[in-house]
Parts: sequence; C-alpha cells; structure tokens
Amino acid sequence: MYKIVKREVLIEGDTELMEVYAPRIAKRINAGNFIMLRISEKGEKIPMSIFDYDRKKGTVTIIFKIIGKTTKELSCLKEGDSLLNFLGPLGKSTDIEKFGTVVCIGGGIGTVPFNPICRDLKKAGNKVISILGARNKDLLILEKEIGNHSNELYIATDDGTKGQKGFVTDVLKKLIDDGVKIDRVIAIGPIIMMKFVSQMTKPYGIKTIVSLNPIMVDGTGMCGCCRLTIGNETKFGCVDGPDFDGHLVDFDNLMLRNNRFLAEEKEASEHGGGECACKKGKA
Amino acid sequence: MPVKKEKHKMPTQDPKKRATNFNEVELGYDEKTAIEEAKRCLHCVNKPCVSGCPVNIEIPSFVKFISEGDFASAIKKIREKSDLPAVCGRVCPYENQCEGVCTLKKMGEPLAIGKLERFASDYERKHGFKCDLPRPTGKKVAVVGSGPSGLTCAGDLAKMGHSVHIFEALHDGGGVLTYGIPEFRLPKEIVKTEISCIKSLGVEIEYDVVVGKTVTIDELREEFDAVFIGTGAGLPSWMGIPGENLNGVYSANEFLTRVNFMKAYKFPEYSTPVRVGKIVVTVGAGNVAVDCARTALRLGAKKSIIAYRRSEKEAPARIEEIHHAKEEGIEFKFLTQPMKIIGNGDGEVKGVECVKMRLGEPDNSGRRRPIPIEGSTLTIDADTVIVAIGEKPNPVLTENTNGLKITKKGTIEADENGKTSLKGVFAGGDITTGAATVILAMGAGKKAGKAIDEYLKSK
Ligand SMILES: Cc1cc2nc3c(=O)[nH]c(=O)nc-3n(C[C@H](O)[C@H](O)[C@H](O)COP(=O)(O)OP(=O)(O)OC[C@H]3O[C@@H](n4cnc5c(N)ncnc54)[C@H](O)[C@@H]3O)c2cc1C
Ligand SMILES: Cc1cc2nc3c(=O)[nH]c(=O)nc-3n(C[C@H](O)[C@H](O)[C@H](O)COP(=O)(O)OP(=O)(O)OC[C@H]3O[C@@H](n4cnc5c(N)ncnc54)[C@H](O)[C@@H]3O)c2cc1C
Ligand code: SF4
Ligand code: SF4
Ligand code: FES
Repeated sequence: MYKIVKREVLIEGDTELMEVYAPRIAKRINAGNFIMLRISEKGEKIPMSIFDYDRKKGTVTIIFKIIGKTTKELSCLKEGDSLLNFLGPLGKSTDIEKFGTVVCIGGGIGTVPFNPICRDLKKAGNKVISILGARNKDLLILEKEIGNHSNELYIATDDGTKGQKGFVTDVLKKLIDDGVKIDRVIAIGPIIMMKFVSQMTKPYGIKTIVSLNPIMVDGTGMCGCCRLTIGNETKFGCVDGPDFDGHLVDFDNLMLRNNRFLAEEKEASEHGGGECACKKGKA
Repeated sequence: MPVKKEKHKMPTQDPKKRATNFNEVELGYDEKTAIEEAKRCLHCVNKPCVSGCPVNIEIPSFVKFISEGDFASAIKKIREKSDLPAVCGRVCPYENQCEGVCTLKKMGEPLAIGKLERFASDYERKHGFKCDLPRPTGKKVAVVGSGPSGLTCAGDLAKMGHSVHIFEALHDGGGVLTYGIPEFRLPKEIVKTEISCIKSLGVEIEYDVVVGKTVTIDELREEFDAVFIGTGAGLPSWMGIPGENLNGVYSANEFLTRVNFMKAYKFPEYSTPVRVGKIVVTVGAGNVAVDCARTALRLGAKKSIIAYRRSEKEAPARIEEIHHAKEEGIEFKFLTQPMKIIGNGDGEVKGVECVKMRLGEPDNSGRRRPIPIEGSTLTIDADTVIVAIGEKPNPVLTENTNGLKITKKGTIEADENGKTSLKGVFAGGDITTGAATVILAMGAGKKAGKAIDEYLKSK
C-alpha cells in the first residue's frame, strides 16, 4: 500500500495533486518517467506522469485531471488514504543534454511533466522557452512552477482570457518567424496539439520530441496494448517511450487507438464512477 | 483381475454450459475413482515415468499411497519434489512427459498421473498444508519473478533454511499461471493457495517492483547473497502483416491479461474493459491460442475460430485442450495463414485475409514446413483478431543489467544449473529457454535452487 501524504485541489472538480509515499520509486525516478497506479482490487491500472519527486522524503507527486471512472475515484481519496499499487519508474526518461535553446510546449494536463523536464534542462545549461496552453485562464495550471524553471514563458488561451489568444502553435510560429534559433522542441499535451507542433517544426528541421499517452495495461512491455506506429515501425509506448521523435509518429493511429474503449469507458463511468460517497474528503 | 486398458474418465462440466462460464472445466476424481485409477499402476522397477517428469516426482510411490487411501502421504511424497502440484496436475503436458513413457501405454492408455497428482493436491487443499522448517542459515536470496520457476526456486531455498525475498513486477504472484492461463483451466484460488504454501515457508513477496527499473540487479547483488532471475517470456510476438495496429487486434497477452488478471470478464464491476465482438479469429494453435479462443467464446463471441498455418498434428497445444475446445464449439481452420487484417475504414477490424497452406519437408523444428498454395486466398469475416503466435523474453531486466550475457534470441545465457555470466546470479525458466512449459520452468528453478545452495555454502 502506498500512502497519500498530501492532496491538493488545483482546479475544483477538474485537476488535483497527490503526493505519494513510494521510496523505491522516488529514489530512481527521473524527468520523463511515469508510474502506474491502481486504487483498489477492482480498479483499472492507469499511467500518470510525474510532477515531482523527493528522494529524501521518499515521495512522488502526480497531478491528474478528472475525466473518467478511475480519475474520479482517485479524487475521492483523502490524505492518509492509500493506493493499492504504485509501479515505477516506467518508460525511458527524457533525454537531457545541453542542446542550446529548447522550447517546451505544454497543453492542458500535458504541462505536468515539464516541471522536472524544464528544471533539468535548465540545470544542464539550456535556454528554456516555455509555452503553456489552456482553453481558458481558469484551466491554466503550473504557470508559476514552469515559469521558475524557464528563461522565457508564454501563455496562450483559446479564448484570450490569459496571455495570447490562440493556440500554443501560434506562439511557436511567431518564435520561428522572429528568427529565434531553436535547437529542440518538446511538446506534451493533446494528441492533436503534438501533431500540429510536429508538422510545424518539420520543414525547419527542428528536432521535436513528443510524449505519447496510449492506453496501457501493465506498463512493463508485456501486453502490447500501448503499441504505436513510429516511422512504420511498431513500438511500445510504455517501454520504448513515452518520448518519441514527433516527426516519425503516426498521430492518427494513436488517436484512433485511444478511442478503442469509448463505449466501455462511458459504461464504467456510469457504473459507480465518482459516486463514492466521498465529497466529505474534499478540501 | 486384468488391468483396465483406459484411464478412468475425468468428469467435466457439460460443454454447452461451460462455454458460457469461467468455472473449471474438469471437476476432478472422487476418492473411489482415484483409488481405482491408482490401482492400474504396474509399479515398474525401472520407473520410466519418474525420469519422464522434469522434477522427478516419485510417481509409483505417491500413486501407491493413493491406492491405499493414504492421501496425506501421497501429497507429502509429491511435495518432496514439487511445490505446485495443484497447478501441474492441471496444466502439465503430461502426454509428452511422465505419461508419455508410462509402461501402461503399451497396453492401452497410460496411468492418469496428472489427474492423480491433481487429486492428491485437491485433498491437501481441503485438509491443510504442513511443512517443517529447518534452521535459518542467515543467507539471503533475491528471486526476480513469481512464475513457476521463481516460486519453485524460492520454495526450495526456503526449505534449505535460506531467507528468500521475491520481487514481482505485477500486483499479484504466479506469473503466467495468474495472468495468462484462464480461470476455467486453472482457478486462481488454486494458484493463490499454492503461493500461500510457499509463503508459509517464510518466503516474502514484494509486488510492484520492476527489476531493472525500480531496483537494479547490481543493487540486489549488494543486498543479497545470491540472485535468481525467473522473469519468463512475456513479450508478445507479432506477425508483421498489414493491419496489426487496427482496433480489435489484441496480442494474446493483452487479451488474457485484461480478462484473467484485471478480471474484465466481470466488467463493469471490475473497471478494466475488453471488447470481444461477434466473430473472433485467434492466430496460432498453442496452449495460449486455445486459451484465447475459449475465453472469447465465454465472453459472448458468436463464433470463435482458430487459424493455424500447419495441421492439427503439429499443433503445440495440449491434446486435451484441443479436444475440450472442439467440444465447446471452437472452429479450427488448419493450414490457414493470415496475410492481412482488413479494416472497415474507421480503423476497426472487418476481416482477415488468409492463404491456404500445404505441408512440405520437415523444417529445423522437426515439423513439416507449411507452404502457401498459390491462388488460394480466402477472407474470414471477423471483428476481433487475437495474435497468439508466441512470446519472446521481455528485455526490461536484461537491457538494464550490466555484464549479464544474453543470446541472440534475447534469452539469458545460463548453464544447466542456471549459472549466468554474473557471479552469484542464476536464471531459469522461460527467460533462459524461451516460452516453454510450467514443469520445465519448475525443473529449472529446482536445479538453480540446488546450485545456489552450493554456491552459498562455498562462499
Ligand atoms: C505515459 C502517460 C502519462 C500520463 N500522464 C498523465 C498525467 O500526468 N496526468 C493526467 O491527468 N493524465 C495522465 N495520463 C492519462 C491518464 O492515464 C488517463 O487520463 C486515465 O487513464 C483516465 O482514466 P479514467 O478511468 O479516469 O478515464 P477513462 O474514462 O477510462 O478514459 C478516458 C481516456 O483516458 C485514456 N485512458 C483510459 N484508460 C487508460 C489507460 N489504462 N492507460 C492510458 N490511457 C487511458 C483514453 O484515451 C480514454 O479515452 C497519462 C497517460 C500516459 C499513457
Ligand atoms: C496463456 C498461456 C497458457 C499456457 N498453458 C500452459 C499449459 O497448459 N501447460 C504448460 O505447461 N505451460 C503452459 N504455458 C507456458 C507456461 O505458463 C510458462 O512456460 C511458464 O509459466 C514459465 O514460467 P516462468 O517462471 O519462467 O515465467 P512466468 O510464468 O512468465 O513468470 C515470470 C514472472 O516474472 C515477472 N517479471 C518479469 N519481468 C520482471 C522484472 N523485470 N521484475 C520483476 N518481475 C518480473 C512477471 O511479471 C511474471 O510474474 C502457458 C502459457 C501461456 C501464456
Ligand atoms: S509434474 Fe507433470 S510431468 Fe511431473 S508427474 Fe506431475 S504431471 Fe507428470
Ligand atoms: S511407468 Fe506407469 S505403470 Fe509404470 S510405475 Fe510409472 S506410472 Fe506406474
Ligand atoms: S502497457 Fe502493456 S506493453 Fe505497454
């Protein structure tokens, strides 16, 4: 059992933070790795990126968006409760070197893994330009944290309630047009965002890394559920990724595969998801 | 009285009924039948059966106890050599092992050794497991993986007085016994009981630890006096044909893990979903493929078809399982090789394009090589395709371990006692042989256990 030592609501009813005691994982986890968790015996095992870790305290922090049955159930847990399973660090960690100027693009919940990624990139001597995107200002997260690890920070909201009105790709386009020398782009967020970012950087030959989120079962390379089409090759998201070269990814196949269980997910959600008489635990 | 030529029949659930549930297919002998069957044994002096068993269970001795009605002594005799009798009695391909060399075969059917072993273990589960523990040696051994090889090695080392800690990546123990082989063939309660017997020897199991990721072999070598690696062959193989990434195509591992391990057959009570569809085509004819096809049927498929490129004679599954599958209504399409999975334009499977095969000369596996018959293309309508053409060793541990020699096939290099290229590190089971059988994995765990004990004594 893995104890929840801290829980915080970032956006009421939408996004929450959870710090979990998992000393073995805390000791070895790095930027770009993920964990898999299961709440209870009957639960699904789901993957989550890491927001932060504390090797001394032995904790790992995740931030999750409430979307379906499992994340709803997760939001019902309180500080002091425990998760049944917490597995990691999984996947390959993000390549961190001195590249020069790195543009980090986070869309929605995809912003989470940038906390350690930007921190490490900066530590390695890169100039970090971050672009955060959200539908509106209320859904924008981690502006302060990412800002602290970046040399420059841009915000884009769909409705213009914060930063620039428009998409993160508009900001990236402007940087490119302004002649900023970009050595690498890392984009994490909705599949469609990663697809457009990759399309934009390709003609300029800017190396672009995306972190993919296929559906997973075990996270250890055993089932092949998470397979992706990368440059005509089949790769497993959980062990070969989650980071891949955006110019090689078949995003359409990923989008399709992630909709595999739409009907079942809806059914699961209606079957008790989020109905746990839990609101008492809410901050 | 002359010896009965045939085995006593195993009572089974009615095929029509069982095709709709996950309860065990075979129901087990009652005491009277077990005694009668046991009496068929000739007690041959040369005991070919014992050498036919990879862990050398003293078959005539335990069978004699059963024939005398002394079931407690029978199971004790089996336990001297095997920690998983309830499992082996159910899933061992005994037709190729102990029973394959049984003298009775010359006169008819061999002794039903597997079923008698199962009977003795079922008796034990009802009456409790007992074992005396030796004095602790103070030595610590880490075992990676809780499949049959790891469990056997752990159990044996514990019985020698060593302190054993198993690290398992998944959230439950048993390896393939738990996540792969379905409930109707091997009830999970039975695997659980076998594991708890091993735990009662003092063995500890820690779940959610992916060795190579969560901890490294180097760290384990520092903390423990020896290490055994039994990580199995859990990497699905693909056919490499067009359409394999369409929705509706599963690897056998994904399909079985969703259903058995995450209990998708109880969805939505359990949260993990699985989608089966009306017509399911499973590719391959090993135990894994037959398990998938029978599982699909139980999950409501109207038609469950097995497509296999060779003929029935070459099919590697246990004969009994193919027989059971046929009874349940699984359709076998032999000499049929899928060439392409066809989509419906929305990314979902619509059918499988196959070509008919004929058998040529034997290949290096000793089986006759299948050769495509030109112009024999046919399409099978399907909404689900399960690829069950084999498993390779999972590279997560080996990739992250310095100095551990592996073969071209990705298996760990080990001698006949499981010794690897790293001092104090042993390996066995599917990770050294490639996908094989439960009893061979157990045999490897046993040999390694003995070698580790010798190594610890010499240290
Ligand atoms: C490497 C990786 C890192 C991730 N990091 C984060 C993160 O930091 N924060 C966050 O909020 N979310 C993250 N996710 C997504 C998260 O796993 C899903 O939101 C979660 O599984 C949804 O479960 P649910 O039961 O609440 O919703 P469901 O209703 O079951 O599913 C909603 C959608 O989530 C996806 N999904 C469902 N089941 C799985 C599964 N087993 N594995 C992967 N995706 C699934 C599917 O696209 C599905 O359509 C990550 C996913 C991956 C693969
Ligand atoms: C569906 C199916 C049906 C089968 N039917 C039969 C049958 O009827 N009869 C028969 O004899 N054989 C059968 N087999 C084959 C048999 O199950 C295997 O040969 C046997 O289980 C191998 O045992 P093992 O101990 O080597 O590995 P496994 O049983 O594969 O166990 C390995 C364990 O190690 C764990 N592991 C892997 N990597 C790591 C890591 N890095 N860190 C920690 N843990 C790790 C895995 O999670 C797993 O629990 C079947 C196999 C399948 C898949
Ligand atoms: S373990 Fe398998 S091979 Fe050995 S006696 Fe039992 S059924 Fe036969
Ligand atoms: S070979 Fe057959 S008949 Fe002979 S001792 Fe063994 S089980 Fe009995
Ligand atoms: S999630 Fe099973 S192989 Fe990646």
